[in-house]
Amino acid sequence: MTLTHALPGLLPGLDLIRADFPILTRVMDGGYPLVYLDSANTSQKPQVVIDAMVDHLERHNANIARAMHQLGAEATEAFEGARDRVAEFLNAPSRDEVIFTKNASEALNLVARTFPLGPGDRVVITEMEHHSNIVPWQLATERSGAELRWFGLTDEGELDLSNIDELLSPGTKVVALTWVSNMLGTINPVAEITRRAHEIGAVVVLDASQAAPQLPVDVQAVGADFVVFTGHKVVGPTGIGVLWGRSEQLDALPPFLGGGEMIATVTMAKSTWAPIPHKFEAGTPPIVEAVGLGVALEYLGHIGLENIHAHEQAITGYLLEGLAGVGGVRVLGPLDAAKRGGAVAFEVAGVHPHDVAQLLDSRGIAVRAGHHCAKPAHQRFGVQSTTRASSYLYTTPAEIDALIDGLEYTKSYFKVGGA
Amino acid sequence: MDLDALYQEIILDHYRNPHHAGLREPYGAEVHHVNPTCGDEVTLRVRLDGSAGTQRVVDVSYDAEGCSISQASASVMADLVIGKDLDEALATHAAFLELMQGKGQVEPDEDVLEDGIAFAGVAKFPARVKCALLSWMAFKDAAAQSQGEPV
Repeated sequence: MTLTHALPGLLPGLDLIRADFPILTRVMDGGYPLVYLDSANTSQKPQVVIDAMVDHLERHNANIARAMHQLGAEATEAFEGARDRVAEFLNAPSRDEVIFTKNASEALNLVARTFPLGPGDRVVITEMEHHSNIVPWQLATERSGAELRWFGLTDEGELDLSNIDELLSPGTKVVALTWVSNMLGTINPVAEITRRAHEIGAVVVLDASQAAPQLPVDVQAVGADFVVFTGHKVVGPTGIGVLWGRSEQLDALPPFLGGGEMIATVTMAKSTWAPIPHKFEAGTPPIVEAVGLGVALEYLGHIGLENIHAHEQAITGYLLEGLAGVGGVRVLGPLDAAKRGGAVAFEVAGVHPHDVAQLLDSRGIAVRAGHHCAKPAHQRFGVQSTTRASSYLYTTPAEIDALIDGLEYTKSYFKVGGA
Repeated sequence: MDLDALYQEIILDHYRNPHHAGLREPYGAEVHHVNPTCGDEVTLRVRLDGSAGTQRVVDVSYDAEGCSISQASASVMADLVIGKDLDEALATHAAFLELMQGKGQVEPDEDVLEDGIAFAGVAKFPARVKCALLSWMAFKDAAAQSQGEPV
């Protein structure tokens, strides 16, 4: 690294952190070293997570909570230990408030499917939501006869709160929004919106899928009623997500899925439910995935979410600066790195995002192209799709340089001009 | 990765100057197809004449939004099918589909596919095959609707 790359805020020992992620040593077709800028899509996994999952499968595999043998006890301890790690990561008041799901989408569907709504009730979401925090609420309001309303967006890509008094008024039962946008990168004022929502008695559901990887997520400090995130974006495996909810909220909801391990007793006449968290964990859960997630959160905890946040902001600032120097590039979302997370969506004039991604891929650079499961947000800005580069704790300034060079190459390949 | 195999000059030419683009009247059927994974969209109209069994493709017009591959493919497709008997146009569709699904192992027939042979390289990029097929699938659908029965 050159001296110009000594950005304030970068994680110290970045080379050592990168060495924890074996995939980062891959050389891609054409002899290009992998430049992985698709972490908002899914993060890479450190060796310690991979090893923990292999070790669990090699030495401790058994079903949990129902096997009366030593392996069963070990597996149960590993699974429930992961729940403790998650509770610690979220600063949850109780480990019983941590529900394992298969991903963030399932966690959001759990709440949308079970929360009591009826005609005259209102659900408020935002125009920058991922489809996973839109579609479940469309289904819930269609099913119940409740009304679905939206916070709009400003031209700068922030929430338009000018009509907050109208949207957050009696009748609004649920406010569901993302903490950090997966497309615009915007960090939303979730604690303030939660406070306002609570004044009118609404519950607040936060999608922390993009926040959990890069910000300290303290459910007590933010004050929300439900917070969801997914394992695979926080250096953990796929197949596991988390719903955290306040005990009194979770206790009041009916079960989501019925099956084994979620019951107190079952008779032919009726069944009764286990207490939380098990009430919401029907069937054999993703055990080794939970073990991997627990280790992933410990790994992030050792590095420190504050430090990761500073690193992301330093890299994002450097990326925004680099993109500003490429003629014909337009960034969507806040241009101030302090207001955003590490996902930056942009357009390149005259070159479609698929073609941008293909050209970058030919140089070993992985980005995402498309609507990023946020079609309403794209429509708001009059674009069909964008290219998105997203960094993480292992991203270096040199990788951003490679991206910027790759964009210049893309423009020359498609013979599109400068300004 | 051989980028030039994907982005043949013929493809880039059609992308920059698409043939038969824009929606025209009159038409027998209009369809709207999307590629849900990436958001590429095409609205496509087909006009047939003649009686059942001897129909001819009089016009294909379209409004497409998408990448170079999907745009160029719409242009090449319109060139190939306009003016052909419907049966022949559908045979061309089948030949293009076979090429795209051939994982790069199918040798294209230039007499049948003309500029369409430039897409042979696309078949080696699984993520892009759907881009190349979008307008062809829309054409088949619109032709079927235009006939009033499945093709």
